[in-house]
Amino acid sequence: MALQSAVKGKLISVIGDEDTCVGFLLGGIGEINKNRHPNFMVVDKNTAVSEIEECFKRFVKRDDIDIILINQNIAEMIRHVIDAHTAPVPSVLEIPSKDHPYDASKDSILRRAKGMFNPEDLVR
Amino acid sequence: MSGKDRLAIFPSRGAQMLIKGRLAGAQKGHGLLKKKADALQVRFRMILSKIIETKTLMGEVMKEAAFSLAEAKFTTGDFNQVVLQNVTKAQIKIRSKKDNVAGVTLPIFESYQDGSDTYELAGLARGGQQLAKLKKNFQSAVKLLVELASLQTSFVTLDEVIKITNRRVNAIEHVIIPRLERTLAYIISELDELEREEFYRLKKIQDKKKIIKDKAEAKKAADKLLESGKELRDIVNLLDEGDEDLLF
Repeated sequence: MALQSAVKGKLISVIGDEDTCVGFLLGGIGEINKNRHPNFMVVDKNTAVSEIEECFKRFVKRDDIDIILINQNIAEMIRHVIDAHTAPVPSVLEIPSKDHPYDASKDSILRRAKGMFNPEDLVR
Repeated sequence: MSGKDRLAIFPSRGAQMLIKGRLAGAQKGHGLLKKKADALQVRFRMILSKIIETKTLMGEVMKEAAFSLAEAKFTTGDFNQVVLQNVTKAQIKIRSKKDNVAGVTLPIFESYQDGSDTYELAGLARGGQQLAKLKKNFQSAVKLLVELASLQTSFVTLDEVIKITNRRVNAIEHVIIPRLERTLAYIISELDELEREEFYRLKKIQDKKKIIKDKAEAKKAADKLLESGKELRDIVNLLDEGDEDLLF
């Protein structure tokens, strides 16, 4: 399996606001597959939460995606779906967006980590 | 004692040996699992501190990237839609390798360049420099995020494995070993009792045998006595010739 995945490169997908998506696409991670499904999703203020959920679930199901980047403010909206996703692959990364600073206390991974470490270790 | 939780096994020497073997195995396994848990814990803590470090670093890198995006937009004008529409093939892809920590495979992601830049011509008219800077910033952000992703994946996997291992260690320590010990104690007590019974039985048999022997001997002696008495009587009877005329 290791050989197989080494041969076929996996993708990074993005769920985020327009600027985040544009930035990462310029970074060169965007791809549209044969079925015209992009590996990114642009979320604006008109996007319904159910739509984001749907998209996140679709990305999780796709086996050519290894990493899902999601803006933290959007992650907050679909927190229950993200918390329900416990499998190691694809790994979900919460990233700060342009107009929402990064808040470590909201991150699902860091919250899990907090149980094992005292809070002073986390704030450095 | 016998009412407590123990294995349902017939107390015999064979079973005792079996349980002894199992107890030794359980203790060995407990030690090994404990070592494994410790090794995983060390790795886990290392990864955790690295994650925290990288997360803070990520915040800064993303801030810089967002800033350069704003800069590029200022010089080039709005190019969002152009970029979003012109997506074709991914330039940065991820390879995953496997790392082995105490028998646990951890996936490690690695980004690599594949194919050419789709947006080579973007910003050709103006703002090319800003755009190039923007690309570079986001590429480095992607690299950092990939690293973070592999750390995070390792974190999740290790977390799971550590939980399982600790559960096993505790199960062996608090359930399996005490149960085996109890079973062993039960077998030993039971065997002791059997031995005592056996001893008592042997004693009893010996007593019985002795009694029988004594009886037989007594009987023999009595018989002998009887025999000799008979002879004596015979001797006496020698005189008695069955003469009816004889008065005395």
